[in-house]
Amino acid sequence: MSAVVSAPREIAVVRSPGYWATVARRFLRDPVAVAAALVVLALVLMAVFAPLLAPHDPLQGMTLKRLRPVGTEGHPLGTDELGRDMLSRLIYGARISLFMGIVPVFAALAIGGAIGIVAGYAGGWTNSVLMRTMDVFFAFPSVLLAVALAGALGPGIANSLIALTLVFVPPIARVAESVTTGVRTRDYVEAARASGAGTFAILREHVLGNVLGPIFVYAMSLIAVAMILASGLSFLGLGVKPPQPDWGLMLNTLRTAIYTQPLVCALPGVMIFVTSISFNLMTDGLRSAMDIKA
Amino acid sequence: MSAPLLEVRGLVKTFPARRDLFGRATSVVSAVDGVDFDLYEGETLGVVGESGCGKSTTARLLLHLLDATAGTIRFEGRTVGSRELPWKAFRRQVQIVFQDSYASLNPRLTVAESVAFGPRVHGVPRAEAEARAHELLARVGLEPARFAGRFPHELSGGQRQRVNIARALALQPRVLVLDEPVSALDKSVEAQVLNLLLDLKDAFRLTYLFISHDLEVVRYMSDRVLVMYLGRVAEIGPTEEIYRASRHPYTTALLASMLSMDPDRRTEAAPISGDPPNPIDPPPGCRFHTRCAFAEDVCARRAPAPTAIAPGHAVACHMSVAGSGHSRAPARAA
Repeated sequence: MSAVVSAPREIAVVRSPGYWATVARRFLRDPVAVAAALVVLALVLMAVFAPLLAPHDPLQGMTLKRLRPVGTEGHPLGTDELGRDMLSRLIYGARISLFMGIVPVFAALAIGGAIGIVAGYAGGWTNSVLMRTMDVFFAFPSVLLAVALAGALGPGIANSLIALTLVFVPPIARVAESVTTGVRTRDYVEAARASGAGTFAILREHVLGNVLGPIFVYAMSLIAVAMILASGLSFLGLGVKPPQPDWGLMLNTLRTAIYTQPLVCALPGVMIFVTSISFNLMTDGLRSAMDIKA
Repeated sequence: MSAPLLEVRGLVKTFPARRDLFGRATSVVSAVDGVDFDLYEGETLGVVGESGCGKSTTARLLLHLLDATAGTIRFEGRTVGSRELPWKAFRRQVQIVFQDSYASLNPRLTVAESVAFGPRVHGVPRAEAEARAHELLARVGLEPARFAGRFPHELSGGQRQRVNIARALALQPRVLVLDEPVSALDKSVEAQVLNLLLDLKDAFRLTYLFISHDLEVVRYMSDRVLVMYLGRVAEIGPTEEIYRASRHPYTTALLASMLSMDPDRRTEAAPISGDPPNPIDPPPGCRFHTRCAFAEDVCARRAPAPTAIAPGHAVACHMSVAGSGHSRAPARAA
């Protein structure tokens, strides 16, 4: 006969830092990625607080002060071809440029991610039909596709958002599909199926947590591309319309002054470059921080 | 003997090997080709065979992780997957432990969450499921206070396999399918896990289907042994009888390949040579005749049916069937 029946007692469980805590710690140890993240943060803050930061009205030009060089009194970054303050226009331009970079990517993340996860988990015919449809879009270079769609829909911010979203759905769907296919055949998914769990419970507990990270990182790397494509659409007159301050559009309208004020003309390009490379470096850091080996 | 707990009859699984333009299979691989066996309550049935012989496919078919091409499984006399016993109900009775202890655990879930998942999908409240997970972790030798909140990559292979065993037990199954559960472990850890399995079997009155390519391990664990070759049962019988007096030439060759502890009895010549034939195009007749030292004409013409030669001991070999036409076959009883 057993002498001691131990009373149930509360035990303090040692809980290891979770996955995301580990990722955050690894990310913070990467100086390049942290610096890039700070630049991105600064750009976002600049966009949000543009009215407080900009010294002048970005739309108000002065005919007498056109194309002033960098370092002019009162206009530290000079003025554009209509005499508008470049610093103010660049600060306000961050709003539209970041918006055009981030919104279509997140929209495409929702649509393409869903398509890819469904295709990857279902497999078979569902997979073939969905992914072959996506492949049709891959037949066109993304710039051409964006231009064609924006051209067909007509110019304007809303239409270029739709065009850019459609451009990014197929690549995100493809990544989501391949990651999900890899996870679906892992033994822990098989074990979950063997325990009698339904498709929905398996997707929620075992698939999503393991696929969303990689898909999200991939989508982040597309933000820079989206910004450049959006700038390109604006440059071609298919996106933002004047006098809105958009970096791509500014590059277009200033190109006539490239021989008189080359430095001023280059400024919007510098902003696009800095923003996209910061997003890319931040994403690279995130990717390697998430690549945790056992 | 009492009625079997699990009866497997005519289990067949073919995979498409090549497809035509429209995705229709033009040739197939028979991974499992008409396997019959019974599993009795409380026993351990060992399954041995070379890699690719269909051991793991059989396990996955039992758990319905793959759809069988043909065949029936009966559990306590009820056909599984029919209205008598739907798959979901059957799955509470039969659980599986895989070989790869790392791939079998979700890297994003703590050990306790992984163990609690099964009960939770069957409607056990979270707190209760976690309490059960802690109990089971303690039962498999992992102190819950230290291990419950850990992630799989923080554990050793042996510890992870203990978690997988706890997870399999969480639904209180009656049968555990162990698919090479110790093949990826160190020898010392292997022994600990095997003893744990023997322990748990007594404590929870479990029935094991123990799949392994390690003949020593199977001998240590099993009451009966099933030998598979190229998707078919070659021989099945009580462990000691199989190991001492095997009747199928393939079993004999397999056992001869075991390393001996006695230096005077070292393995001299390879008991069997070459690779198993291509399962896309298996040889006619007895599947082993291309590598068998005793093969005769009849072996290439007709497949031998499993024939009982002693109580509980069946062999699929023409040499054991009276009147089969093989020169070594026993004389037909008058």
